[in-house]
Formats: sequence, structure tokens, C-alpha cells
Amino acid sequence: MAPGPHPRNPLAAAHHARWFDRDAGPLVRPYTVTGGRTAAGGRRLDLIALVVSEPLALGELAGPGDFGDPPALQVGPEQARILALCRGTPLSVAELATELDLPAGVVRVLLGDLQAAGLIRVRHPVLPALLPDERILQEVVHGLHAL
Amino acid sequence: MDFTHSDHPPVPLRRSGPTGRSGPAEPTGRSGRSGPSGPDDGALALKILVAGGFGAGKTTLVGAVSEIRPLCTEERLTEAGREVDDLGGVERKTTTTVAMDFGRITIRQGLSVYLFGTPGQDRFWFVWDELARGALGAVVLADTRRLTDCFPAVDFFELRGIPFVVAVNRFAGTREYGPDEVARALDLDPGTPVVLCDARLRASGKEVLVGLVEHAGRVHAARLLADAAPVR
Repeated sequence: MAPGPHPRNPLAAAHHARWFDRDAGPLVRPYTVTGGRTAAGGRRLDLIALVVSEPLALGELAGPGDFGDPPALQVGPEQARILALCRGTPLSVAELATELDLPAGVVRVLLGDLQAAGLIRVRHPVLPALLPDERILQEVVHGLHAL
Repeated sequence: MDFTHSDHPPVPLRRSGPTGRSGPAEPTGRSGRSGPSGPDDGALALKILVAGGFGAGKTTLVGAVSEIRPLCTEERLTEAGREVDDLGGVERKTTTTVAMDFGRITIRQGLSVYLFGTPGQDRFWFVWDELARGALGAVVLADTRRLTDCFPAVDFFELRGIPFVVAVNRFAGTREYGPDEVARALDLDPGTPVVLCDARLRASGKEVLVGLVEHAGRVHAARLLADAAPVR
């Protein structure tokens, strides 16, 4: 998809500003960070799919400011942020979307890239009908009582 | 293996999902590797929806029971949502952005319940479908002054066979209705619980969720039995 007519620098933005009314929304649209892609490859990620960084991925990245060439994927700032957030702690897609302040659909695309590159692990939610053990629901009930 | 206390885990947790098949790039096999696996392994998340008309108390309920209170957004590109834009003759695609309340309750390490408040407006139904997929169940909040507002939610969950309870949020100064009156007015299927609640109170919200999880457990158990029964 060709990039939209969204100016990349402030001067150009100011120049074009009058062409946009309020309904046009932000000048840099969220899907800009995905290169315009709106769907990730692979299986669709549920809002409660849990994401955790692969330990390997963290070793490859020297730091959040260093985007130089992990072999599989050029990690952008948003993706570096995801890797940092999910280090050791699984976070849901919904939580990541909140942390990054991006729509869940955008986060899904970013996660799809990371997953394909083997930098994250994803745990898909279990269908209630496939819950391995009814005791899990009992555990939930007890846990709720204990709140 | 996660859930070592489970005697008979019939479902491989790592790869279970809406269709039971694993995605192409899903690195499920890695779970078998040796070494410390970390707290993430075996993490299980359940989803509960909170629905109801505008102002019925969805946000309040989620906020009352959740340990976090964020908002997340979902966006959908709308093809040719607007007229052709003058700018260079390039047709703009517009997006619809929906904000959803969501909350989390950590039952224990590796077991969390996520609550999602469903958006009220009709044009956001696409989010409902997304949210409902794989949900354990739903709470339909009802305001007795505007009971018809929760008809769409009741229909939605009944049609999809998603277990739900109706929680009548008691607002000050409103007439009290009994659960059976509400059930009749909403024409609920028999067996759908109706409870009275005060969405502002954590204890009350807890009770609603407990009622839902117990109800969902019964519904799923009944379905398992029905599936197991020999077909004639």
C-alpha cells in the first residue's frame, strides 16, 4: 500500500494543516508504524493473548536505542518497547495496546512481526469449553471471593 | 508442565485456542526445552465481558473490581468511509476508533481474569464479535429505568450461547424490582441468573463475577455432558 499523504516533518504538517479538518484525526495515522499493514500474518491474536519476550531477543538487542540489525527483523521503537515490556512478565495484547497508546489492531501487526522473527512467545487463550480442568473455574471463584 | 496439580490435562494448554489448531509461526514446541521456564509458562487468561446500555455502570463495575483500570482502543479501517478528499484526488480511508474499558484480576501467578466493557453504540458491533470470541461469559448490567437498553446484549449472548448473568444495578431513588420481574421483562431463558448489585462496590461486583463464573461452569459442564451423550 502506498503511504498516505501525511507529511513527515512539522513544517510540511503546518503547510498541509489547513487541508484537514478536525475529523481527519491525527496527521500521522496509527498504521503508519506498521507500514500501512492492517493485518498480521499468521493467526489472529486475541486481546487476551499473552505475550512474553524470548530471552534470546533481549540479548540481541543492545538496548532500546540500538536498532542496528538483529538478523531477522529491523526492530522499530514500538517493537523494542514491546520486547522491553514483556521481559519476564507476560502481558496481554490489550495491555500492550494501552501501554503503547496504539490501537489493538496496530499492536497485532507489530506482534506478528516479532513472532515471525522468533523474538516473542505468544500464548493464545484457552476456549472455556476446552479448559483443561474444572478446578480452574473453582480456583477463579475462590480467588474472586478472596479479593 | 504447567498445572502439575492437574491429574488429567486432556488438552495441551500451549496450543489450544479457538479452533484447537496452532498457528503457523506459533513457537509452541519451545516449551519442551529444558532449563528454567519462567513464570510465564502456563499462564492462563480468561475473558469476561461487561455489557449493558449506556450509563448502566459498565465502567464503574470494571473499575470497582479491577486491579488496573486502563482503556484500550481498537480501530477498524473503513473503506471509503468519507467522500473523496480533495487533496491530490487521493481517496482517504477513514478509521473508526473504539475505546474499551478493561480490567484485570490476578487470581494467582499465571491465572488472570480480564474484564472488558463492551462499547454501547450500535456501530461498534464489530468489537463485540471480537471480544466475544473465547469469552468465558458476560455480565449484562441492567438499569431498571431503561431495561430495553440491555435487549441487544441479551440477544447477542443468547444467540452465541455465551453464558451470562443479568446484574441489576440499583440506582438510588429507583423502584426496586425483584430478579424474577426483571427476568420476565427481559424474557430470559430459564436458568439465566439475575442478581441485584451496586456496581460501585467492590464486594458487590465480586459477587456478580462469582455468580457468573459459577453459572458459566454449570453451562460448560452441561454442554460437555450433552456432547458426550450418545447420538441416536
